[in-house]
Amino acid sequence: MNSLQKKKILEIRELSVSFRQYADKRGSRQTSLPVISKLSVSVGEGEIVAVVGSSGSGKSLLAHAILDLLPYNASVSGSMYFQGEPLDKARIRALRGNQIAFVPQSTTYLDPLMPVGGQVSRTRKDKEKKEKQRKIFQRYGLGPEVDGRYPFECSGGMTRRVLLATALMGDPKLIIADEPTPGMDLALAKKSMEDFRAFADEGNGVLLITHDIELALETADRIAVFYAGMTVEEAPVADFASEETLRHPYTKALWRAMPQNGFQPLPGFQPYVKDMPKGCPFGPRCSGYSKGCQGEISMRRVGNGSVRCAAYRDGMSGSAAGQADESANPRAWAEAEAPGA
Amino acid sequence: MILEGKNLSFAYDEKAGKIFSGVNLRVDSREHAAIMGPSGFGKTTLCKILAGYLEPDTGEVLLDGAPLPKKGYCPVQMIWQHPERAVNPRLRMKDTLADGQEMEERIIQALGIEEDWMNRYPQELSGGELQRFCIARALGKPTKFLIADEISTMLDMITQSQIWNFLLEETKKRGIGLVVVSHSEALLERIGVRRIFL
Repeated sequence: MNSLQKKKILEIRELSVSFRQYADKRGSRQTSLPVISKLSVSVGEGEIVAVVGSSGSGKSLLAHAILDLLPYNASVSGSMYFQGEPLDKARIRALRGNQIAFVPQSTTYLDPLMPVGGQVSRTRKDKEKKEKQRKIFQRYGLGPEVDGRYPFECSGGMTRRVLLATALMGDPKLIIADEPTPGMDLALAKKSMEDFRAFADEGNGVLLITHDIELALETADRIAVFYAGMTVEEAPVADFASEETLRHPYTKALWRAMPQNGFQPLPGFQPYVKDMPKGCPFGPRCSGYSKGCQGEISMRRVGNGSVRCAAYRDGMSGSAAGQADESANPRAWAEAEAPGA
Repeated sequence: MILEGKNLSFAYDEKAGKIFSGVNLRVDSREHAAIMGPSGFGKTTLCKILAGYLEPDTGEVLLDGAPLPKKGYCPVQMIWQHPERAVNPRLRMKDTLADGQEMEERIIQALGIEEDWMNRYPQELSGGELQRFCIARALGKPTKFLIADEISTMLDMITQSQIWNFLLEETKKRGIGLVVVSHSEALLERIGVRRIFL
């Protein structure tokens, strides 16, 4: 799938988000906590782009930054474009809820004092809208009795379906879905992914934010991998078929950790924002870490994807894969089976 | 050791009907068992009964032929699906960990729990970091069986594999039995389980 030829619906370049905080208990000094630095991602027409990464890598903040939902103490820099035009605050406010639909992560985003049917149709008189809402609910197995229920009367899985229905209700060009499936059983999760696919196939875009790489592999066209608030790799789904076609050592480690691909754990943690290492945030866990990794590293285009790795040479990334890790690792993990070997 | 559930049934609301009834299962501590069933079939409820958090309406849970102790440390320990809901939000992590009784330093090290996290409150840790504490807490010295209810769905692949590799090694070494609930077929395949269908 060649993303270059397609028209971009959403393009985000080197987005950074930081929060102002009080530095001490007296509240006399403020500091800035950079939570996202250098995030780049784009969604083309007809594309589902998945954003994967561990918790705390800045996935949800990305969605909130696009929709201008961040709290007052956040500052955002970088550039965002929607259908080729720059996104500023006024434009975001006009677009969100109309051209850009959002499926929030938390089930607490519904109005607790309003029955869910009305929240989704957003009307009391318009018959057409009401019918559409009923049709979407029916499709997700929510019977007529659910329309009149308040959010607290719905189970976790039902609330998810209601949130999803709000996004499908309007006529958006782009859906941003933040972890839309937990709490749904497999059949329902599959159905919602089919709906995203059908939506994208009509020339629209979906930005799917998830930690579930298996889900991402099944539904997305391209995957952007986040680590500690940075995009480290962007690749077509086909590249995830084997470790060799992946570019960044973190993505490779993620691939090796999947139960079907060797289940090999990479020791260590994503660094906390306050003690971020210089240069590449993955450096301390990477076997190919060198002096060259300590400076600014920019995103490079490689084949159909791109990577942010100073040590990347064609076909070889910083870490010469897990084999080197194994011997250097003081806590020898049980499973030693090398994938693809 | 053998963990046995005999003729278990349970209802949260008598009017709404039983979640399950007449469930029998028998797990040897040398094997890994998985409880299978669609969502809403009472997998978590069964886990809670096996770990002594709930009394079944009928039937009994036996460990080597004897009922679970009513007081003190339960030898059947459960690890929950949502770690953020399984810890006291007003206790520092070191105090939460102290619930685990006779915690071995080795386990804390092997799970990669950092000294710096001990003084934090739960909301200052990520889901994966919290789950490490919950696992350490369940691995006190008297533990004979572990019930793992979807313990890695909220984790990324690397953390999932870190945690499971540790658990498999540790339970094997100490002869702790493992009862697993998971929707991930690939993960169950890796753990190597005997499937029990609800």
